[in-house]
Amino acid sequence: MAAATGTGRKHGEGLQGGRGLPPARRVVIGGGGLAGLTLALSLAKGSAGGLDVTVFDPALAQPAPGGDASRASAIAAGVRRMFEALGVWSAVADRAEPILDMVITDSRLADPVRPSILNFSGEVTPGEPFAHMVENDDLINALAAACRQAGVTLVAEAVMGFSAGPDRVSVTTASGEEIEAGLLVAADGARSRLRDMADIGWIGRSYGQVGIVATIGHERPHGGRAIEHFLPSGPFAILPLATREGRHRSSIVWTERTADADYLLQLPAEDLHEELERRFGLELGEITLLSPARGFPLSIGIARRFVAERFALVGDAAHLVHPIAGQGINIGLRDVAVLAEKIIDACRLGRDVADEEALLAYERARRFDTVTMGIATDGLNRLFSNDFLPGRLVRDLGFGLVERMPAVKRFFIREAAGLVGAVPRLMRGEAL
Amino acid sequence: MAGTTSEPRHSAGQRRTVDEREVARFAALADTWWDPRGSMRVLHKFNPVRVGYIRDEAARHFGRDPSGLTCLHGLSVVDIGCGGGLLCEPLARLGAEVTGLDPAATNVEVARLHAERGGLAITYRDETVEALAARGERFDIVCAMEVVEHVADVGAFVAACCAVVKPGGLLFMATINRTLKSYALAIVGAEYVLRWLPRGTHSWEKFVTPDELTDAIEDNGLSVLDRTGVVYNPLADSWRPSHDLDVNYMLVAARPEQREA
Ligand SMILES: Cc1cc2nc3c(=O)[nH]c(=O)nc-3n(C[C@H](O)[C@H](O)[C@H](O)COP(=O)(O)OP(=O)(O)OC[C@H]3O[C@@H](n4cnc5c(N)ncnc54)[C@H](O)[C@@H]3O)c2cc1C
Repeated sequence: MAAATGTGRKHGEGLQGGRGLPPARRVVIGGGGLAGLTLALSLAKGSAGGLDVTVFDPALAQPAPGGDASRASAIAAGVRRMFEALGVWSAVADRAEPILDMVITDSRLADPVRPSILNFSGEVTPGEPFAHMVENDDLINALAAACRQAGVTLVAEAVMGFSAGPDRVSVTTASGEEIEAGLLVAADGARSRLRDMADIGWIGRSYGQVGIVATIGHERPHGGRAIEHFLPSGPFAILPLATREGRHRSSIVWTERTADADYLLQLPAEDLHEELERRFGLELGEITLLSPARGFPLSIGIARRFVAERFALVGDAAHLVHPIAGQGINIGLRDVAVLAEKIIDACRLGRDVADEEALLAYERARRFDTVTMGIATDGLNRLFSNDFLPGRLVRDLGFGLVERMPAVKRFFIREAAGLVGAVPRLMRGEAL
Repeated sequence: MAGTTSEPRHSAGQRRTVDEREVARFAALADTWWDPRGSMRVLHKFNPVRVGYIRDEAARHFGRDPSGLTCLHGLSVVDIGCGGGLLCEPLARLGAEVTGLDPAATNVEVARLHAERGGLAITYRDETVEALAARGERFDIVCAMEVVEHVADVGAFVAACCAVVKPGGLLFMATINRTLKSYALAIVGAEYVLRWLPRGTHSWEKFVTPDELTDAIEDNGLSVLDRTGVVYNPLADSWRPSHDLDVNYMLVAARPEQREA
């Protein structure tokens, strides 16, 4: 049963047979981003080959390019533990940069000095930083390799449609093939088409803001410090990356109102550089743009349901938060940890892979948590995205209080690390 | 999510010729048996505890890893009083070769139909364990869950169950104890107050105590390995294993390996 026959299987070949396992032991995942691939790996490993797992994503046609052009993300301690339990952390660890300390400043652009109002330096356990910066492409490639090794079938094709019934779900791919499975999981990102096809509504709105993302080289080392300048137009985050080819690097997430971002993104290189420098500051010396600056429209939202008959949503397909708190992936992977746990526990009791109780338990556990996080990051963004005096007072007072109360700060650090509440087994670093 | 009626699917040639109206009736009955919020709700809630117990005890006894998805692979199981197949199907998914037995032909038809829909290979027969025993059929695992309290002659029933256990095999039984607490909970509570079960489902005098059941089993040459209570947690609306054997309990017994002559 545990034979890794999924490796190297050409797409379309023998998918129907799925290693001879019945539909109740077959899972199809639409979307091979961080959420989809991590779920596939968790299920394959947790079931020791007892589940047939297939991931569809046209982006899997070639490895993610990597390098300075890759986006980077802050990976919280809970997620890092999960990657360790899944055996992928070692593949990215030497290119992951620990965030040793985090400084938040509140200032207008013209302020010569930006007073720091909150300073987190913290470890969740001795020697365990609360987050690491990792390049998304590195993670995607490590996950895809681990998936293949664990017997997951990766197919570089989109899911076009599906129909779910009481006994199975039948999934149609871009090449017109039909695959029968017990469960379809949509991990196809924020504009999830599968969510629409499942007729699950979406509550959300646009921020009218764009997140500009780029990789920056700088003269002096960042010392593992993450900086978040709360500027009137929105937060400007500088996140430490690992040194590559002797160059000190950071990743920035630069939030601007949509019209301003459109203007900035079409500026000639030297003008953009100047705008960037005004915000980045000169603490780290001379800066250079190592990648094109790319804009991502920002919005917030949540799916009305996370599950339906033989169907579940994970990651951005289920919820979208403002990147202000660097939590998108972390929330998404917590979905994955909970869903994988519920599915594996149900299967170990001989229940269907789409066991109704298991899916509902997943929804109960995750939807509430997501709403809480969504409201928190939304509030943070509103609080900081204005030049209005009461707002400034509230945030100065509020953060001043947090700064003075070690217990509250410690809670914030553990919360940011994803280690508060009912922590799923994978996020405690345990195998399923 | 559940409860949507689908066209009954069945592979040609495998089924006996039944008229279409009969099939529709069985399909409706199957949906009743298998609706987790329907009239079999209590059984659905109870089921994971039974499956977990059988899985863990069998894995220990036969040297399997209970975290494997097919940890009962290759073991033959007979479920006596299988009803709509609520216990047979999970055990089959765990890899066991399952035979479901029920004296009611309707139940057997319903169970067969549901297993076919889910693509599970389970043998269902409308006969009694006594008939099985008379033919000398034997199994690695014999389950008689929630049956003892309904039979006319406990001694004869237990003897027949024991007779179909292979040497080195296991017998699982689950039933209700005969205590004041069980009278209050299982009869007054479940049948009259909560209306979980139709009135008259159980008669208290027929309940068997763990010691009586243990004696009956050990008289047939098996030894009881474990006895575990099952209690209901109203806050979580779920059942869990417990040391308290006063109402619902399960036990497992083993038949010794055959001695070399
Ligand atoms: C500017 C910015 C900065 C961010 N910074 C951080 C951060 O620091 N930390 C953090 O935790 N999060 C961050 N996030 C959020 C994070 O990027 C997302 O939460 C995360 O990428 C979501 O992963 P996912 O797997 O759910 O979706 P995606 O990464 O969007 O993956 C979806 C995949 O589905 C595929 N797909 C789409 N349609 C189909 C189909 N029909 N069939 C098959 N496949 C399909 C796509 O090709 C894609 O590969 C940031 C987001 C933004 C916009």
